[in-house]
Amino acid sequence: MIHLWPAVLLACVLVGAGLFGVLARRNAVLVLIGLELLLNAANLLLVTFDAAYADRLHSGQVLTLFVITVAAAEVGIALAVVLLLFRRRGDVDLRRARELGEASAEDAGIPPEPAASAAPR
Amino acid sequence: MTTRDVLFALLGLLTAASAVLSVVSRQVVHAALWLVTALGALAGCYLVLGAEVVALVQVLVYVGAVVVLVLFALMLTRAPIGRSPDVDNPRLARAAAGVVSVVGAGLLAVLLVGVVGGSAVDVGAAGSEQARSAAQPLARSLFGSWVLPFELLSLLLLAALVAALVLSRTPDGDENRSGGPQ
Repeated sequence: MIHLWPAVLLACVLVGAGLFGVLARRNAVLVLIGLELLLNAANLLLVTFDAAYADRLHSGQVLTLFVITVAAAEVGIALAVVLLLFRRRGDVDLRRARELGEASAEDAGIPPEPAASAAPR
Repeated sequence: MTTRDVLFALLGLLTAASAVLSVVSRQVVHAALWLVTALGALAGCYLVLGAEVVALVQVLVYVGAVVVLVLFALMLTRAPIGRSPDVDNPRLARAAAGVVSVVGAGLLAVLLVGVVGGSAVDVGAAGSEQARSAAQPLARSLFGSWVLPFELLSLLLLAALVAALVLSRTPDGDENRSGGPQ
């Protein structure tokens, strides 16, 4: 026998940590870490309720396996995007990468990015 | 309180602590390593919850592959060693993020803990027939009723692989181009 509320509570803590990681970080790779925590919270809930309802088809566990696979694909793509960003700009600071944003960096009171010579070739 | 409850509490505390540390740490490599601890302890939680296959896949894919990719990304983007002040948003934005995440997690906790209440489930004692044959119905389900999404996922992985390759490719003659769009 195992009680369910600790598992659900742990999933909520993981959601909180992941949300904070996504919102408070400006290094793109660290934002990815927060994203992984959010996905793991969803996985934990799936496994918990799979155990709770004693599903004979184990849909919760199967969906967890699918989410893990999708997360692996997502991290592969995200790594490529982050490397592309780094190659173009010389850093992975998300507050400076605003070329597609509505306002320019100066408007938002953010110091302008270092000169283009700082970018690696 | 049963043995599983105690085990889950220990592993869950470890998971929660390392998850929080991995999002507040100022040292980027430490953050990635705390993520390893959190994911590994979460695999232990899956084991306690009676999902052995998921726990093994978690160790293989998450702790094995995803974390290595994250570490690669940190190294290839020349992450600073030691404390670095510019990994976080400004103080005000961090405070707002903290409020949002605490409120969100709290609301979710009230809702979900209210749903499950004090209920307990039997996930099969270790060594019992139910625990020993847990992988077999999972495999039947995965390769039976879920086989089409499973195959679609293999296509998704292939597409992601090709896309990552295309994105990270440097075209010939691109090496000498000066630092990107002006």
